[in-house]
This record gives sequence, C-alpha cells and structure tokens, in this order.
Amino acid sequence: MILLTVGTQLPFDRLVRIVDEIAPTLGEPVTAQIGCGKYIPANMEWRRVIDPVEFEDLMDRVTLVISHAGIGTIVTAQRHSKPLILFARSAQLSEHRNDHQLATVNALAQQQGIRVASTVEELEMLLREPVTKVTRMEITARRQSLCDAVADFIQDSIEGRS
Amino acid sequence: MLLRPALDRFNPVYVTTNARLAARDRVGDIRVLPDANRDQLLKGFRCFFAAFKLIMKEKPDIVLSTGALPGLFCVIIAKMAGARTIWVDSIANSDAPSLSGRIARPFSSLWVTQWEHLARSDNARYFGALL
Repeated sequence: MILLTVGTQLPFDRLVRIVDEIAPTLGEPVTAQIGCGKYIPANMEWRRVIDPVEFEDLMDRVTLVISHAGIGTIVTAQRHSKPLILFARSAQLSEHRNDHQLATVNALAQQQGIRVASTVEELEMLLREPVTKVTRMEITARRQSLCDAVADFIQDSIEGRS
Repeated sequence: MLLRPALDRFNPVYVTTNARLAARDRVGDIRVLPDANRDQLLKGFRCFFAAFKLIMKEKPDIVLSTGALPGLFCVIIAKMAGARTIWVDSIANSDAPSLSGRIARPFSSLWVTQWEHLARSDNARYFGALL
C-alpha cells in the first residue's frame, strides 16, 4: 500500500489530484489523508484526517509514502524506515505562506530514503521508479548532540537554583 | 518527541495541542492546550489564556518549546514568571529562523537553531539537529 498525506493544516489539492490521477497505474492501492482539501479522490481510499495512533499503524504497513514537506511525516517515515517522496507546497500558487518548505526539502533531500520532486513530471518519474529499501536508522550524532546540549542546560539550571 | 531522551530523566510535564499525538507516543502525563496559529485571532486569545493558566498552575522551573504559537505563549509567560526557557527552533525553516522563534528570542534563556548556518555566536546556538 502507498500512503499519501498532505498534513491536516492546509489543503494541497494539486498533489492529491496528481497522485489520484496516477494511482490506477501504480499497481498498489493508495490511501490518502487529504486534510481540508476540496478535491475528492476518485481512485484512492481517502480520509480527511487519520488519527495519529492509526496513522502509526498504517505507516507500518506501507511500501512508500508520498507527502508534502511536513516535518511530522518525515520523522514518522524515518521512524518506520519507509521510503519517502516529498513534494513541497508552492507559495507562488498560494499553497503556503512562503517557500520555507522548498528550502527545507532540498536541505533534507540527501538523507537516506528521501526523494524530492519539484514538478509533476519529476513526481511521476519517481513514482515509477522502483522503491529503494531503507535500512533502519540509528540516532544520528547530530540529534544526540542536540539532546545532550539541552539536557546539560537543564541540569545546570536545576543545580544553579538549588 | 525526538527530544524525549534529553527530557525524560527530569520528569517533565508534556503539553500538546493534540492528545492523540501523546497517545501515539505513549506519553502519560500531559496537558492539552487549544491549538492556534497567527491567522486565527480568537483561537489565539483562547490559547494564550489557557497557556497562562497552565503555567501559573504548574509553576515550571524550566520550559522548553519547539514552537509554534502555543509554545511561544508558554515560553513568554514562563519567562515573565521567572522560569528559565529553552527554544528549539523548528528545522522546517532552513533559510531563516521561524517567526515564532524570532519573537521567542528575547524570552529565551537558551535559543537553539537546528541549522548550522543560522547560528550566531551570541544568541542563536547550534548543537545539532533532530533530523
């Protein structure tokens, strides 16, 4: 199964429509979380909002995730070692306040399992490529060092007060 | 939630706008705030007063937030109430600090960016990133 999510905060009809149109040719059923979009999919099972607990279960079963550039989705896909195709909202098309998602997506694109499409053609091409297997990711050194710095600051604050 | 390894040993109270997220991550001790963003003024007020009540009741020594608006409210209120505050700016903005992050800066005892190129020696520290 393929999971499409555009988050729950903003609509993203353009992405939902593209994936809906290509869905019959993907060889796998697609489930979509379409948020508050107006476009109603014809070729995918869809829901406006998927409960976070159920979303977690779904994520376990999917072969591929297609998503807007939402950090929550990126984190969840990584936790489940799932390949991810990101397609960012465009501020020019009034899909977001600014293009911060584009910049972030490009910066995260080097990470394992993440592929980025910036045009419809690129998205279709990536969807037709074989899915690469993602190996389980360990906690990165940079996450560890951020956590350590925060913990140290808290520890020092507590000791400073006592 | 990726910061949990840094926090759990201090027995924190977690605050969320979506209790189901806490259920997903199996966090027991939570408080829920109404969600708000900058486009919804009324919800913003509601969230601010809920945050005020929450901080006054819990009287935290330290408040850490990753944003956005509800987290910003908590940081501002907690700082005014004498707590130490930590802001971890979202990794979602790689070209500039987030808006809520910029507002949070004067109210933050420690202000952290997750992008090395956004670090400033004085008040925007870089230690690493969650992703």
